[in-house]
Amino acid sequence: MDSYDTRGSTPRHSASSRLKDYFIGATPLQKRLESVRKQTSFIPTPPRRKIPQCSRLQEDNDPQKVAFLLHKQWTLYSLTPLYKFSYTNLKEYSRLLSAFIAAEKQKGLAVEVGEDFNIKVTFSTLLGMKGTQRDSEAFLVQILSKSQLPSENREHKVLWTGWFCCIFGDSLLETVSEDFTCVPLFLANGAETNTAIVGTWFQKTFDCYFSPLAINAFNLSWMAAMWTACKMDQYMAATEFLWSVPCSPQSLDISYAIHPEDAKALWDSVHKTPGEVTQEEVDLFMDCLYSHFHRHFKIHLSATRLVRVSTSVASAHTDGKIKILCHKYLIGVLAYLTELAIFQID
Amino acid sequence: MLKEDCASELKVFSFFSHLARSLPLPSNMNRPRIDLIMFVVNLHSKYSLRNVEESLRHVDATFFLGKVGFLATGAGRESHCSVHRSTVVRLARTYRSPLLFCDPEVDGFRVPVAQRLVRMLQICAGHVPGVSALNLLSLLRSSENPTLEDL
Repeated sequence: MDSYDTRGSTPRHSASSRLKDYFIGATPLQKRLESVRKQTSFIPTPPRRKIPQCSRLQEDNDPQKVAFLLHKQWTLYSLTPLYKFSYTNLKEYSRLLSAFIAAEKQKGLAVEVGEDFNIKVTFSTLLGMKGTQRDSEAFLVQILSKSQLPSENREHKVLWTGWFCCIFGDSLLETVSEDFTCVPLFLANGAETNTAIVGTWFQKTFDCYFSPLAINAFNLSWMAAMWTACKMDQYMAATEFLWSVPCSPQSLDISYAIHPEDAKALWDSVHKTPGEVTQEEVDLFMDCLYSHFHRHFKIHLSATRLVRVSTSVASAHTDGKIKILCHKYLIGVLAYLTELAIFQID
Repeated sequence: MLKEDCASELKVFSFFSHLARSLPLPSNMNRPRIDLIMFVVNLHSKYSLRNVEESLRHVDATFFLGKVGFLATGAGRESHCSVHRSTVVRLARTYRSPLLFCDPEVDGFRVPVAQRLVRMLQICAGHVPGVSALNLLSLLRSSENPTLEDL
């Protein structure tokens, strides 16, 4: 049922035959452009995706530099392309953003008693965080607090971190002109108020738009399958799923934890094509889990909503929160998230 | 809710709608002739899709000449969907039947869908002179975007 209809050679209706001849000979990109122009939003699911490989990052950098990205909970947003953003002006941007934040805080919007308003903002590029050479460089924004007391050392405390990246964003890069920088995935860690302030500044300065990236149950089950498929030397955490049962007055949560090696064994028995994950394999993997649960508890998990998936590679929540645990598969995880962000922008 | 809207549309004829969780229906009851079967798939639940797929096997082949339709609910809340829209589109295409989308919670949406369903039902029951269920089916199919067939 998941196979696509093949283009048959049966005679078509004569009414729009010329139109159909155009489509039969068109390249996939032309077909997609045509369907976008005709306002049909039928985008077929890719029937297969690549398993994230243990890929080396584009430039050799040591794990220490990106270690601060792991084991932190990031809130996800999708971001439209930035207009006239330049990587050479980063110092200028940090100055402008610090001034903006100071002004906002003095307006009384985010007043915290006892905290000094000496905030320092840094913009820096994250080298090597890209999928292909064409991807835009990833960059990092941090809000640090400057300590006033001379007795403390000069270390600044990080209050808020946000970073922008684009991994394998080819489909978006093709559609924008030279003036735009595409960094569709934005990850933020820290206080919500700071995220809002930084977001407002970016929206005003670069004419872009942030929107929270929610991950629906369909994509969460893909993530579960892809991350279980990753080869790991040692498993740090059990594979856990969390479902939410809609019922009144309060929703119930069902949590299901599996030993990671058992999950991998199950995946291996389902997996056929090397190096790729198909829709059927994901469905079969999840169905095995559902039927096992049903046999023991007589509950149909497929009627509930998958809310959280947690594996040794990463964990994701449907509200758009992600925590990456494994350095080896960082790029692979970000590639899938970039794909979701681009899909949301389109 | 959809049922009430349908009932309010049909004022002249008597209208029975029977809601069932799955087919086949128990055979020990007398029931009037079935004119239209609408399979409701909740996009938030894979279980409802599996149920519909199971039930489709129990439907007699003659119903598929225009007397079967699919109604997909819950497409509006994308973040809650566990069934991809294209899965349901493919299902409807495999069975050559029309597919409607509806969000019963959204008020403005319900009434037009109810009107469409009632119109389909009138045609399938033979109450509209000159149009049969099969005519309606071929009309609906040719108005589909041609790129859907070619992709």
